[in-house]
Amino acid sequence: MLAEALVLSALLFMIGAFGVLIRRNAIIVFLCIELQLNAVNLSFVAFSRYLGIEGQLFVFFVMTVAAAEAAVGLAIIISIFRHYETVNVENFNLLKW
Amino acid sequence: MVEIFFFILATIAVGGALGVVIQKNPVGSLLFMVGTLAALAGIFVLLEAHFLAAIQVLVYAGAIMVLFLFVIMLLNLGHDYKADVRRGLGAFLAFGVTGALAGLLASQLRGAEENPIYQYFPGPEGMDLLLEEQGVVGAIARPLFTEYVIAFELVGVLLLVALVGAVALAKKRA
Repeated sequence: MLAEALVLSALLFMIGAFGVLIRRNAIIVFLCIELQLNAVNLSFVAFSRYLGIEGQLFVFFVMTVAAAEAAVGLAIIISIFRHYETVNVENFNLLKW
Repeated sequence: MVEIFFFILATIAVGGALGVVIQKNPVGSLLFMVGTLAALAGIFVLLEAHFLAAIQVLVYAGAIMVLFLFVIMLLNLGHDYKADVRRGLGAFLAFGVTGALAGLLASQLRGAEENPIYQYFPGPEGMDLLLEEQGVVGAIARPLFTEYVIAFELVGVLLLVALVGAVALAKKRA
């Protein structure tokens, strides 16, 4: 069960990373980051089955951080949308050189 | 039996994740994501993490995904069907980076269960005993309010800061 769960976790993380790299819609990029966080959560839970309850505690904290991150990130996206009228990441090039 | 359920849920999770990446419509992406999260909650149940499965459905599929949906609807992106996938060199690079990462992870996973380190830890039998003694919630709550109580309190502060920050960022300039 451990190896299967870890393979699934790696697969989900990879799909999430691929989505982050390939999509241009900022909200979808954000959604893919959440997918990666969830893949890591699955790893934690799978390991906690063998190594003790602490893994589940970490998942609890990861979920809290993910919630905070989603709130702040979406607020930033709203604020950027007000300015540029788009959420396409190609247009956000203020910090690009 | 557990294996069959696991493979069904894993298929749903991977299919949903692919749907998130492939789907053009943001709302469609979001609904695929909810499916993935629900399947992951089912896998948490199979791994005896019942409390986290409940939290996953309530907090992730319930609260965070609804927040995303609110933002998509607020910004009126629901019928934004323009393809927004990178092409050419960008897509090639993304595929290469992801493939390299996959190879690296796969090379580390071989024989994960036979690793001698596991003899020093409780293992599934020990975990079952712990869950039976303290209950599903108690087993998590006990260390959370004793050893990790400072981290728990700090997480509360983090949430407050995120809340204030989100309001300050999304507020209209007067």
